[in-house]
Amino acid sequence: MKVLLGIGGSDDSMRALETTVERTAEVGDDLTVAIVDNPSGERSREDMEARVTELLDERGVDAAVRALDGDPGSALVDLAENEGFDQLVLGGGETSPMGKIQIGNIAEFVLLNSHVTVTLVR
Amino acid sequence: MSDRTFSDAVADPYDAPPLSFTDREDRTIEVRAHDGSDEELEALVEMYDAFDPSDRAQGIPPGREDRIRDWLENILDEDCLNVIAWDGDEVAGHATLVPDGDAYELAIFVHQTYQRAGIGTRLIKALLGYGRESGVEKVWLTVERWNRAAVGLYQTVGFETSDAESFELEMTIRLAEPPDEEGG
Repeated sequence: MKVLLGIGGSDDSMRALETTVERTAEVGDDLTVAIVDNPSGERSREDMEARVTELLDERGVDAAVRALDGDPGSALVDLAENEGFDQLVLGGGETSPMGKIQIGNIAEFVLLNSHVTVTLVR
Repeated sequence: MSDRTFSDAVADPYDAPPLSFTDREDRTIEVRAHDGSDEELEALVEMYDAFDPSDRAQGIPPGREDRIRDWLENILDEDCLNVIAWDGDEVAGHATLVPDGDAYELAIFVHQTYQRAGIGTRLIKALLGYGRESGVEKVWLTVERWNRAAVGLYQTVGFETSDAESFELEMTIRLAEPPDEEGG
């Protein structure tokens, strides 16, 4: 399966990265990791790229890594639709101090606009 | 996420617990602050274990006893303010304020057999009264926009919508004037 993982530097996208790389190692998906600019993300692009490389090496997984410019949600949907991906994977949201699940702006946009199946990693 | 807007006006004051009233089903309901005891914790676990999953909001209460206990451990912490509505020794509802920077996040749950009896309004007013008494200045919450009953309840007690751009509405209320620097 051709999988596009979008990460923007928030904690939930880092968890999605770990889970997706783990799954790719098990089932041999064709994985592309797209790094986007999430204004509420806490990590720089360089930090994210370094973490991606480190995880891929650790698990012996081969994946393309791409940097996307512009509005993150629409850039991810465009890429997933135009390049024939089967699935778009994102972090599943943060939790509030109360423990309520909160979905970020990028995930909201992608859920409502993507014609490609979306997976939110919890 | 701390760019939340709060009204400049302080909301109406409400009485702090303990208090008691008769609900629309003629049940005597007592509202008390959580006393920190294991007995009350177990009664809360029992209520949440029997909670209708269709009344969940954004993943809480969680659906398994071990997860309920983890979640309660977090929100019954001594930094949090918890108020419980009792029908005898059974929990009818529970409302909580959890610290979040200079504000508190609010949530309220009424067990399905006690809904539509006026308990939610009394319970949330008691929690806001308890919050004011304890020095809480600002409170926020999120609510699913289709949950009209809940949105109506929050508006009734003085919450105003502060962000309507996400899946969930965000609502806020001010319980006290800001500290000195903005006063005058």
